[in-house]
Amino acid sequence: MMPEPNALEVEDLVMHFGPVRAVDGVSLTIPKGRVTALVGESGSGKSTVGRCVVRLVEPTAGVVRIAGTDVTHLSRRQLRPHRSAVSIVFQDPAASLDPRMLVGEVVAEPLRLSGTRVPRRDREARVATELERVGLRAEVARRYPHELSGGQRQRVSIARALISEPRLLIADEPTSALDVSVQASVLNLLADLQRDIGFACLFITHDLSAVEYLADDIAVMYLGQLVEKGSRERIFARPAHPYTQALLSAAPVADPVRQRQRQLVLLGDDLPSALDPPSGCRFRTRCPLAFDRCATEVPAQVAIGDGMAACHLVRPDGTGPDVRTADTSEVLS
Amino acid sequence: MTTVERAGAAAAVDTPVLEIRDLSVSFPTETGTVSAVDGVSLDLASGEIVGMVGESGCGKSVTAMSIAGLLPASARITGSVRLDGTELVGTRESVLRRVRGKEIAYIFQEPMTSLNPVLTVGRQIGEVLQVHERMTRRAARARAVELLTLVGIPSAAQRVDTYPHQLSGGMRQRVMIAMAVACGPKVLVADEPTTALDVTVQAGILQVLRDLRDRLGTSILIITHDLGVIADIADRVVVMYAGRVVERAPVNDLFAHPYHRYTAGLLSASPTPGRHAGTDRLQEIPGLVPVLSTQPDACTFADRCPAADAGCRDSAPPLEVARAGGTDHLAACWHPCPSPRSQIEEVNR
Ligand SMILES: Nc1ncnc2c1ncn2[C@@H]1O[C@H](COP(=O)(O)OP(=O)(O)OP(=O)(O)O)[C@@H](O)[C@H]1O
Ligand SMILES: Nc1ncnc2c1ncn2[C@@H]1O[C@H](COP(=O)(O)OP(=O)(O)O)[C@@H](O)[C@H]1O
Ligand code: SF4
Ligand code: SF4
Ligand SMILES: [Mg+2]
Ligand SMILES: [Mg+2]
Repeated sequence: MMPEPNALEVEDLVMHFGPVRAVDGVSLTIPKGRVTALVGESGSGKSTVGRCVVRLVEPTAGVVRIAGTDVTHLSRRQLRPHRSAVSIVFQDPAASLDPRMLVGEVVAEPLRLSGTRVPRRDREARVATELERVGLRAEVARRYPHELSGGQRQRVSIARALISEPRLLIADEPTSALDVSVQASVLNLLADLQRDIGFACLFITHDLSAVEYLADDIAVMYLGQLVEKGSRERIFARPAHPYTQALLSAAPVADPVRQRQRQLVLLGDDLPSALDPPSGCRFRTRCPLAFDRCATEVPAQVAIGDGMAACHLVRPDGTGPDVRTADTSEVLS
Repeated sequence: MTTVERAGAAAAVDTPVLEIRDLSVSFPTETGTVSAVDGVSLDLASGEIVGMVGESGCGKSVTAMSIAGLLPASARITGSVRLDGTELVGTRESVLRRVRGKEIAYIFQEPMTSLNPVLTVGRQIGEVLQVHERMTRRAARARAVELLTLVGIPSAAQRVDTYPHQLSGGMRQRVMIAMAVACGPKVLVADEPTTALDVTVQAGILQVLRDLRDRLGTSILIITHDLGVIADIADRVVVMYAGRVVERAPVNDLFAHPYHRYTAGLLSASPTPGRHAGTDRLQEIPGLVPVLSTQPDACTFADRCPAADAGCRDSAPPLEVARAGGTDHLAACWHPCPSPRSQIEEVNR
């Protein structure tokens, strides 16, 4: 028997917008039913990866395979039969829902766009089921998005994303615009739905506590490239790349006693421009451990279990220095 | 009157720099009155960092803006805000303007909207100094370089001649802070200063704020909805809900044992280290922050509270000492959480 294809395979993905090198060689695999978080600072290219995967933009180079099918260069028309395999939820539910459409029409739209003819009765029933699944009453179908709260609107976008029964959900900062209490309900909902339906998920976010809560695997992005990949357990317990270590050290934990004992690594504010990324290791202009070789030689990816880290200082067995404890005074002075 | 109240507070060694007493703010709107802040009292001691937390719409920004008269003219304000004993509520705009430049400074979430895009950062900081400190242009420029260095901007001597759009978001926020502290204010009000920034950049900004307090003794009121930021920087915490202060405590006490049900709810809604969807559910707070037209004689959290009873809907709980022996931990709840946080989370599992 053929093994089930991965929900998503991205190989050497490149997306340049004119001179802007938004994504510059990203490879990523999400097995069926797993959640991979894509984390990194603003402007690192996370959303662009997501937009390439759902083919909102056509990649400059590389391959995107969804459930085994290469969709990289399919035309709009050719994409149609594959549209239902992948859906996307955006950060700002207010901006991503058409204000002139009733909630019911919003949720049913993917069925219409996929070209499959669904009788109106069935369509309404499916909308009702979908709304109930995300914790909304079926009557909400007859309201307009602006009549709902932010959390309810985000539930509507999730219902809309799931009605086509996708095998892959791209969630681009789905909780960033929401208050903690509403965020909790959306995270719980995503976790429940993911467990019940079993879709795979690319969870794009900069919120590391949400990542720890929801993700199985983590990919860390810096200036258009991945610097580290690994399981949630490994990345949180033993981050190997200096950037991952700094990122984890910068996210404050909601416990004053622990927070004030932590060692903070300050990176400086200036993310270099994606127009002209630094030579060698792209992180070198902010890395507390950078040395000569970092400017001249692109670091190779060192395999760590199923994942990897791209840094000259990570040894073949996956160990290396930790910027949170290393004495960096020598390098810095 | 002033002296009597001050004598009460003087049990503490420091007289507070800023005293807010029974502050209420409402706005007349087309659809009726909105009561945004109801009876807020709060002190800020010299060199103290107070964190204010709550969901959006709880009245944090309105409280902050009312301190130095930044609210629109339509706002109806009652109560008292005193800076070093001088009343600010109802004071002439010309006086307030002087206070704002010199004694109370503000920074907001989005630095770009507060910076002038056509002036170099050096000129903008310099103008503040020329107006409030009557410095010469040359002296102001030199001081601007010092200030940019103080807030951690590398090669400040060059950066002083750049325009805001040439800087990253984090650098712009540092420029805003430099401008805010140019005249050595006693009080800095920071309304969500890091909400739009990456965690890596946020860490640097929080470090700058701590530094200012340590070096200049500035008192800081920092507003955020992020409990991690509070845990990192605040000495004391004020929790707001629907326009009222519902809990107030030193930071360690608040996280160790939240008494008000809303505070406890906020804490267990946050995904904290070690929690994963496979084994653990986040605690949801059902419902939404209400928008109130009049403040009821009831607990405004009752509709969302798992412990609410008829009494909670019949009369508003006063803000009282929550724990015998600790006079600095106050909560406004008829049925405060009996057990510390660790146990609450056990029960919720
Ligand atoms: N259509 C476009 N045209 C030109 N540049 C673009 C376009 N879309 C994205 N970029 C640029 O590509 C880079 C990556 O952007 P992207 O939106 O993918 O970042 P991100 O990691 O999602 O950031 P955030 O956390 O802020 O959402 C940025 O430099 C951005 O300005
Ligand atoms: N100028 C205004 N006119 C009418 N209502 C206002 C105005 N400013 C704030 N409000 C209302 O006051 C309440 C508190 O707002 P705000 O202080 O901004 O909340 P927070 O900062 O806690 O998110 C909200 O219900 C808000 O809609
Ligand atoms: S390769 Fe060099 S600059 Fe890059 S992360 Fe490793 S030590 Fe730092
Ligand atoms: S007073 Fe009553 S309703 Fe309000 S928080 Fe306390 S228990 Fe809940
Ligand atoms: Mg994005
Ligand atoms: Mg606000």
